[in-house]
Amino acid sequence: MITLEHVSKTFTSHGQTVTAVDDVSLEVGEGELHVLIGPSGSGKTTTMRMINCLETPTGGRITVDGRDVQTMNVVDLRRGIGYVIQQGGLFPHFTVADNVAVVPRLLGWPRQKRRQRAEELLALVGLPPELFADRYPRQLSGGQQQRVGVARALAADPPIVLMDEPFGAVDPITRKQLQRELRRIQAEVRKTIVFVTHDIAEAFLLGDRIVLMAEGRIVQNATPADLLRNPADPFVTSFIGEDRGLRSLRFTSLAELAGPAPPGARPNGMILPGTLSILDAGRELAAHRDAAGDGIWVGDTTGQPIGYLTFQQFATVLGESLGDDAETPHDETAHAIHH
Amino acid sequence: MFDDLAASVTFIQENQERFLELLTEHLQLTILSVVIGLLIALPLAVIASRIELLAKPLTWLAAIGQTIPSLAILGLMLPLLGTGFVPSLFALTIRAILPIFLNGYVGIRATDPAIVDAARGMGTGNAQLLLMVELPLASPVIFAGIKTATVQNIGLATLAAFIGGGGLGDLILQGLAMVDAPVLLAGAVPVALLAIVAELGLGRLQRVVVPAGLQSATQ
Repeated sequence: MITLEHVSKTFTSHGQTVTAVDDVSLEVGEGELHVLIGPSGSGKTTTMRMINCLETPTGGRITVDGRDVQTMNVVDLRRGIGYVIQQGGLFPHFTVADNVAVVPRLLGWPRQKRRQRAEELLALVGLPPELFADRYPRQLSGGQQQRVGVARALAADPPIVLMDEPFGAVDPITRKQLQRELRRIQAEVRKTIVFVTHDIAEAFLLGDRIVLMAEGRIVQNATPADLLRNPADPFVTSFIGEDRGLRSLRFTSLAELAGPAPPGARPNGMILPGTLSILDAGRELAAHRDAAGDGIWVGDTTGQPIGYLTFQQFATVLGESLGDDAETPHDETAHAIHH
Repeated sequence: MFDDLAASVTFIQENQERFLELLTEHLQLTILSVVIGLLIALPLAVIASRIELLAKPLTWLAAIGQTIPSLAILGLMLPLLGTGFVPSLFALTIRAILPIFLNGYVGIRATDPAIVDAARGMGTGNAQLLLMVELPLASPVIFAGIKTATVQNIGLATLAAFIGGGGLGDLILQGLAMVDAPVLLAGAVPVALLAIVAELGLGRLQRVVVPAGLQSATQ
């Protein structure tokens, strides 16, 4: 578990004091994935980097499992925290297996155990070890390199993983694939993850909570469903709506997505017409921020309920579809629902 | 010209013992100066890459040092170190430090910041970062510096003859003094051949020394 208490970070640049992070408090529970999102310069990356002491806070306190990180030995602290960055940062002179096993090597594991662990993890991230273990990073595609980056972060089985826009530099199709893979892996390994991105679709798809930041402050910290239903202010609404991928949601209707209603449940709260597009449904939800229940009832033209969609499903669908022009929204959403 | 070359081959054959002695001295001067130069330059390069404040003065010093003619270094050192093998080695070592230092510093500084960030984030200590990441990644550039220093010092070592340091320069000086082209060539041609052999040989060695994952990047 990670806690940030009133954490600030200021630095001086050309004689001027700049506040990168301003009084941020945050609690990331065990096994949760929190997404830090915001425009560039919002302080999201700095906030994350203070957790493993790559940056030093100028105010406040950060604890990992109750221990103040400032009082810990940085090298030991970092070896216990997985770290994935956007550009991969793989060692070009190490084979893929050796790259994965960097932290085990630093921890002094015997060679054979390192190799075995590396192969396990390569299999986990979808790179068959017999094909990839002995290659060099330059022989891999960008997406494959990022997979190795994720495997490397998990190598010593750290309880915490920090990810700094890990899929930011790969093409949209690969990115979507990697996001789904990460969700599958996270379901399996249940790490405490702090994930930095500026991609709202990614945030919806992956986050247990989304922490929206701007100008060094937290604007809203909510579950994806809550963020959709109760955006804190116009900035949040505009940030969610900014993504041009939203356009594709105009062409998917609620009726296409809705599953059967839970047996025995009766419609409470609002019923949205099934012909409504996902985009309009999102707007409708945002407008009725105190909608009851944990989902949306979908009705036919006469208002008779024909299906049901949980907010969580709805958020996932949004995440799957946003920013994804490469595949049709229909395929995307079908995929989301069936999983 | 061809007559002179043929005559110089004859000269070498007739003075085999002396020629081999001079060749050995020449190689000793070159190899020792480069090895000592490496031992001095690499730690300096590491220090310069670590301590921002020292980087500039050290690079300036290196750049200035590179521009002082070797002959002048020999002359300047004459009152301090006298004549012979040691002062020659000293002057050549100074010249070997410069390219290795500059390449080492630039090579270490050129390490991809993302790789350094990842390494730090995973918990490498300072020494581990240097030995596991920075030096291996800089090795092609450092190796290029060693190659430059070696080839350069094979040529410069001929100047050792001016202060009695020995080497193939002896033959060149002798040839010049006696206006004897075959003797001059008996010194000059082997020096040129040595430089070519060193260039090719070190190129081979580089393929062995530089980590496999970096090989294509160096060609």
